[in-house]
Amino acid sequence: MNKNSKGLQRAMTAPFTVWMAIFIIIPIALVLFYAFTDANGSFTLSNILSIWEYKSTYIVSIELAFVATIICLILAYPLAYSISRMKARHQQTMVLLVMLPMWMNFLIRTYAWMTILEDTGLINTLLKSFLTLFGYEFEGFAMINTNGAIVLGMVYNFLPYMILPIYTVLTKIDKSVIEAAKDLGANGFNVFTKVLLPQSVPGIISGITMVFVPAVSTFIISKLLGGGMTYLIGDIIENYFLGNTGEVNYNVGAALSLVLMVLILISMGIMNRFDKDAETSGGGLF
Amino acid sequence: MANNIIDLKKISVAFDGEQILKELDLTIEDKEFLTLLGPSGCGKTTTLRIIAGFLQPDSGDVIFDGKLINGVPAHKRQVNTIFQRYALFTHLNVFENIAFGLRIQKKKEKEIKETVTEMLSLVNLKGFETRDINTLSGGQQQRVAIARALAVKPRVLLLDEPLGALDLKLRKDMQNELKNIQQRLGITFIYVTHDQEEALSMSDKIVVMNNGVIQQIGTPIDIYNEPENAFVADFIGESNIVDGIMKDDLVCEFSGATFKCLDKGFEKNEPVDVVVRPEDVDVVPFEQGMLKGKVTSVTFKGVHFEIIVDIGGFKWMIQSTDEQFVGDNIGLYIEPDAIHIMKKSEYSGLYGDFSSFSEEFDELSDVNADSEDADDE
Repeated sequence: MNKNSKGLQRAMTAPFTVWMAIFIIIPIALVLFYAFTDANGSFTLSNILSIWEYKSTYIVSIELAFVATIICLILAYPLAYSISRMKARHQQTMVLLVMLPMWMNFLIRTYAWMTILEDTGLINTLLKSFLTLFGYEFEGFAMINTNGAIVLGMVYNFLPYMILPIYTVLTKIDKSVIEAAKDLGANGFNVFTKVLLPQSVPGIISGITMVFVPAVSTFIISKLLGGGMTYLIGDIIENYFLGNTGEVNYNVGAALSLVLMVLILISMGIMNRFDKDAETSGGGLF
Repeated sequence: MANNIIDLKKISVAFDGEQILKELDLTIEDKEFLTLLGPSGCGKTTTLRIIAGFLQPDSGDVIFDGKLINGVPAHKRQVNTIFQRYALFTHLNVFENIAFGLRIQKKKEKEIKETVTEMLSLVNLKGFETRDINTLSGGQQQRVAIARALAVKPRVLLLDEPLGALDLKLRKDMQNELKNIQQRLGITFIYVTHDQEEALSMSDKIVVMNNGVIQQIGTPIDIYNEPENAFVADFIGESNIVDGIMKDDLVCEFSGATFKCLDKGFEKNEPVDVVVRPEDVDVVPFEQGMLKGKVTSVTFKGVHFEIIVDIGGFKWMIQSTDEQFVGDNIGLYIEPDAIHIMKKSEYSGLYGDFSSFSEEFDELSDVNADSEDADDE
């Protein structure tokens, strides 16, 4: 009986194990293989060493992703807090509204921003016609193809991933804990800095991870909203694999991906040190 | 004039159109152990939250130490609360939880350390300073909550069913401990519970509430022996409550017989409620009984037998150390001092008949009472 149910358990995990092996383990093994070999398949470190050429690209990618993450955090925390204080009925509606844009394809949403930000786009056209009414000359703002547009695209696309984990953690904080803090003499500011903020750290960590990781490795947003003026590391990797602008070289592309992966793992490791309760309180993701 | 620390004057509160407290008047003396006792939704937790400052009354005055404190927020009041579910800060260890209020007051590190150490020994948790809150048992968490509230030296400690989540044995120990702490520190405790036994064994004064109205205020002995109306008699302990008529001073009639009693001051032939506690009834041979009836149920309770007797269609409960058997005809004997006469009230006829009595029923309603505060607010 016991033996049977164990066998059944193993059988039930089999589809996922196979999936993992085919689509995660094997690709990572391939990345490792390509990163450390040359075109003839013999071992070399030259791919890994060549990443120094792209040092500045890594730095720009990390900078933009960092700025986008900070902006997401500043926008998301107050919103998540006020949603968590609403009546249960209104909370559901608000969470739905936060997730609503995610029902639409990521590419379509990013294209939409192009038409808004373009030199002859929605914002500039509206401003121009408005100002012409009053007799002013207006050349239009240069918004598309700037780093600002890339950060905007990142914030817009990844904001829900910051709001939801913070919201989840905040709703789990017992109302009586806040009352207890007030009871012991804490004013509104003290309640926030000494109770709410420290107790919501797991949600903040999840949010930062879920925004920073896709932002640092994106290539679509920089391509569409950056117009090729700013190369992010994702764009370089894409070019090596697809050969859009030069030679196809899987080996260098794999090395660049590997380094990015390692950088992300290191930054996640550092983050988790700030969050000693992450394991015990479950991290607060959904 | 007595030394009053808190005065509630004509307090009324309604939630969503439902009246929770109706013009409640209550005076609390300094250094007393006062218990608010009542069933779910009677308004006892609401009263506590008004004193704590978490809730503003719709009308009425809250007076603390002679000063009107309506509108003073919770963090500026000299009262502290022990919450039902402890409400500890899980991101801080035991030491920092207890030090929380002291740090807000910006006390010196040395003083904080001294106070926390003192509080830990008061609640028997020496050596727990660096422990994580999540590793503590329920009883230990409650001790930390008590230490945390007492560390800021409140004038009044409010306790909202603090022992509700603990098992029976631990609850008894904590009752004694809380009473000791209260006497040692000499501060006022206002204790909310739906457990009448807890109220009787700990309090200096009990306030029995129902439907937002105070039913009776008195010492535990007064409340038990001289209940004001059928609600109080039924809620505190077990009671047989029957309709009676006051024939004259010291003479009453109920269940078809005439009894001597110790009550007077009623009008001649005034209809009244008569209370007789199950433990005050003696079983005698059938022919010697002042009342006569047939045994319908017997339950062994350890200390005594719980016997249900049908007397003229009304079921009485009797507690006796002598075993009786179902179907036997027995007589009952009641001493004059075992009879308590109450004026008729809105609760007359609602309680005190044991015909629908079943223990299972009792336990069910107890479980409901535990989850009270959600609907109390």
